Amino acid sequence: MSRFIERHPIWSLVILLAVACLAWLIIAVWPPGLEEAVGRKKVFLSAVFNGITLGGLYFLVASGFTLIFGLMRNVNLAHGSLYLFGGYVGYGISTATGSWILAFIAAFIVVAVVGVLLQLLVFRRMEGQDLRQTMVTIGLSIVFADLMLWAFGGDFYQIQTPAWLVGPVQLPLMTAMKSSGEAVFLQYPLVRLVIFCGSVVIGVLMWLALNRTRVGMIVRAGVDDREILAATGVQIQLVFVLVFALGAGLAGIAGVVGGTFQSISPGEDTRFLLASLVVVIVGGMGSIPGAALGAVIIGLAEQLGSVYIPTYAIVVTFLIMVLVLALRPQGLLARR
Amino acid sequence: MRRVGFAVVTALLLSGTAAFAQEKIKVGVTATLEGTYTVLGEDGMRGHVTALNVLGKKVGDKELEFVVASTDATPDSAVRAVRKLIEQDKVQILLSPLSGDEGIAVKNFAKTHPELTFVNAASGAQETTYVDPAPNFFRFNMDGAQWQVGLGKYAYETKGYRKIATVGEDYSFIYTQVFGLALEFCGLGGKISSRQWVPLGTKDFASVIAALPDDVDAIYLGLGGADAVNFLNQYQQAGGKAHLMGGSIMIDQTILSSKGNAKNALIGTIAASGQADTWEDPRWQKFVKAYQDSFPPEKRFPSPSLLATNYYDSTMALILALREVNGDLSDNQSKLKAALAKIEIDAPNGKIKLDSNRQAIGTNFVTEVVDDGKGALFSKVVKVIPDVNQTLGYDAATFAKIGLPSRTVPECKKY
Repeated sequence: MSRFIERHPIWSLVILLAVACLAWLIIAVWPPGLEEAVGRKKVFLSAVFNGITLGGLYFLVASGFTLIFGLMRNVNLAHGSLYLFGGYVGYGISTATGSWILAFIAAFIVVAVVGVLLQLLVFRRMEGQDLRQTMVTIGLSIVFADLMLWAFGGDFYQIQTPAWLVGPVQLPLMTAMKSSGEAVFLQYPLVRLVIFCGSVVIGVLMWLALNRTRVGMIVRAGVDDREILAATGVQIQLVFVLVFALGAGLAGIAGVVGGTFQSISPGEDTRFLLASLVVVIVGGMGSIPGAALGAVIIGLAEQLGSVYIPTYAIVVTFLIMVLVLALRPQGLLARR
Repeated sequence: MRRVGFAVVTALLLSGTAAFAQEKIKVGVTATLEGTYTVLGEDGMRGHVTALNVLGKKVGDKELEFVVASTDATPDSAVRAVRKLIEQDKVQILLSPLSGDEGIAVKNFAKTHPELTFVNAASGAQETTYVDPAPNFFRFNMDGAQWQVGLGKYAYETKGYRKIATVGEDYSFIYTQVFGLALEFCGLGGKISSRQWVPLGTKDFASVIAALPDDVDAIYLGLGGADAVNFLNQYQQAGGKAHLMGGSIMIDQTILSSKGNAKNALIGTIAASGQADTWEDPRWQKFVKAYQDSFPPEKRFPSPSLLATNYYDSTMALILALREVNGDLSDNQSKLKAALAKIEIDAPNGKIKLDSNRQAIGTNFVTEVVDDGKGALFSKVVKVIPDVNQTLGYDAATFAKIGLPSRTVPECKKY
């Protein structure tokens, strides 16, 4: 941190000012002039919160994607299908048992098993052949999409939010002051906050596991040099299978999350594959903190865009990607 | 020798198709079986199948053969599907398409095949038949604006709404719906304080919901399919409590029988459409029965959606017109086209005839959503308005001055 400030004093100042501005926008009651110029504070604040919580969902999908890529140099373009499949499994379990939590566990396990099968039956046979793996995963994603359309139909499914999570919660953030001097606070859907906290916890756990445990050390070593790691006697294939299972399982969990606060239907697979590609490109391939940063940036861009420039909202995301590719092609937080 | 053999085979194949064509009339059908409007497309096809069950597939000594192609509500997908049906499957008649933007594209495409006949399946953008209509394109359903007739008046006079906001999908059909609503509601003195447009296929409505104004009497929702369900779900999570008004595909069985309880926010919502679920009319009741008998309960809605009704009506019009000319498709199908132009069908949702642009003049319904006590939601008839034409009762010159439906047209004033 201090080294960054020493090296880039001007950038640090700009970032600091931007953070201060944002903090003021979020905490202060907006003066009437500002409200007239850019709209009500409630709208802005909701868009910011929505962007961050949507970022949480994007992070769940993209972290698995980036983890698999980081270790195996394998661009798994069937990742979106794993997301969608997780959503369907979660729906099935939650309607059968009525338990939302159980849906997460089941989706994680089932999709992780699919991931293991993919690794054992497909990727292991074409290790190191990037192009072939990419083509095969594209093919698989098309086959999976049609299989799921066949099994679940074109209907859209929504996973029932548990009763204790339905409805809004009042946040200690003022959006306006009534003429009587009484403060109006922001009402925000509870389920989105809970899901966001969940993804933060998962992100932190993943970071800790990667950086503070022995298995994490092996995975990191594998990212740097697979051959040497294998030569030291580590069962690299087992590590691959574990990482693939974890990455796929995370996509499954994300499917349940997506089915809860949005909905799942055919086509969602490619949408989330595209989203995680953009997130990972912006954040840096193979980096977990990069995926988190990229997810929040893309989520915010989508939500703020949809409120303030609705016509061009879709373009904003890709504009960010183009900018990152032009200025820092390795991604914002890439290690190398 | 080989070449001779090839020639023989080709000749055999050709004679085969010729003999085939004498007995069959090939009709291409498109429906949105992918994407946001999948559920709408599926129920449209149910309406189509119901019509075949009721009317049969025989036209004189010929038999109708249907080829189905899937689209995703985008204009290019519709043109691609129609082109495939014509060029690959060699269909002679088209029953297409389902959605607004598709309709405009298919109408334009129809002009490149003047020899064929196009019967609109369900699309409802105004432009399709109002601007530069294709002489071989026939629409037996009303457009989005006609389907909103009566809603503005009911909202203003009976419900006492004075100021509303609208949220709609950003494409031609919803523009047309808001057009119809705004003309009537604003004409009476109502105000529309904001119009929000969201892309078709929007998943995250949270920011749109946050941007809804607080100081309005009601919020009009012009959404359909997955978008509508996503909106309602997130609206419930955000604790929304405003009065709602609905467009024709919002207050429809495609949404009213969706899974989950978010749809309960719609109870009491007023809407207008080309049909009402609980209409007493015997023809309607007969159609509902035929629809229910055609499919097992878990494979259909409790009652047909607007799309099922539209597909039923257009299939019915086509079959009746074909029977009138005894399946004669000679002379570039001119007899069939003439028959379609003047046919008057006794549809389940009221009598339908075509105007000089080959656009339907029909019956419209103002409805209110009710709970049947067992958790199923239906649209209940409030008012039936017969003989609604495309210019909504305005004379042609005044109507032309309003302009074409768009994000900002019409202005909220009396024309």
